[in-house]
Amino acid sequence: MTDDGSPPPDPGVRDAVRQALSVSFATGLYGVSFGALSTVAGLSLAQTAVLSLLMFSGGSQFALVGVVGGGGAPVSAILSASFLGVRNALYGIRLGPLLALHGWRRVLAAHLTIDESTAVATAQSTRRAARAGFWWTGVGVFVLWNAFVLAGALAGDALADPGRWGLDAAAAAAFLGLLWPRLSTREVRLVVLAAGTLALVLVPLAPPGVPVLAAAALAVVISRTPAGRRPAADDAGPGVAA
Amino acid sequence: MSDAALWVTVVVASLVSLAIKLVGQYAPEHWASSPRVVRTATLVTAALLAALVVVQTVDGGRSISVDARLPALAVAALALALRAPFLVVVVLAAATAAGLRALGWG
Repeated sequence: MTDDGSPPPDPGVRDAVRQALSVSFATGLYGVSFGALSTVAGLSLAQTAVLSLLMFSGGSQFALVGVVGGGGAPVSAILSASFLGVRNALYGIRLGPLLALHGWRRVLAAHLTIDESTAVATAQSTRRAARAGFWWTGVGVFVLWNAFVLAGALAGDALADPGRWGLDAAAAAAFLGLLWPRLSTREVRLVVLAAGTLALVLVPLAPPGVPVLAAAALAVVISRTPAGRRPAADDAGPGVAA
Repeated sequence: MSDAALWVTVVVASLVSLAIKLVGQYAPEHWASSPRVVRTATLVTAALLAALVVVQTVDGGRSISVDARLPALAVAALALALRAPFLVVVVLAAATAAGLRALGWG
């Protein structure tokens, strides 16, 4: 396949762009909930905006403000967010050959490598469509997510009592929404059960933030044991939460 | 957490997150096909999210607290089972908890 020169029109590219825009809008919208939860957890407007621009990974951002809001130590918050970001490295490995980038474009692509951009890129049937899907989704989500996070942060700032508005329950639901599309295999469901139980036991016993890290450690230990069966190749497939 | 500690947390966590993404972009290609790497990343992500759901639902500050968050989470699970969009799930959960608290429970 020739990538440069004058390629013929590809109807797949148009479909990829259309998909990218709808995913960007849906994902951007739930940035409102992150922005509100972040300021309620104690981050300032500026901290919320910087976190969103620099970290740019929804799950990790929710994890960080979750631990901070629960009174966790900085180290717990940083580790929770970082562990949750490990899957982005996996996406990058998968996207590398597909995008075949160099220099600053590769660094930019790394920053835009998230669930949504990976999902749209890998769902396309041609390389040109995959690249269009990646960039349109990556840039689209980046712009809309950060804009809506700011809007949510302004709204969250204005809410005096977050519990009264059910924002604490919204945070739990957000994590469940991120987890839901990943429950596809029996092994994942078993690990989820074990991790959830461990966290429940540790909440009254351990300092804030530790139950979440202990659950991650448990998963690392389990993943070192031999699998009962061959893991399916698409186990770590990115989910589009929205 | 103090304002300075929060800034450090935000900036350090963000830089680590970007570094992890860069590792992926520059990693040798054969890592992608390693079932061990894939399995670890899959399970760690799921375990973290599961723990976050639990902590966010029952944490009462070094104790377990059963309140309006629990029925709200059940509503969220039902909405997810019915394939509701993410934002709808989150709003339904918030509305459930807010409604129950307005009625004087949890």
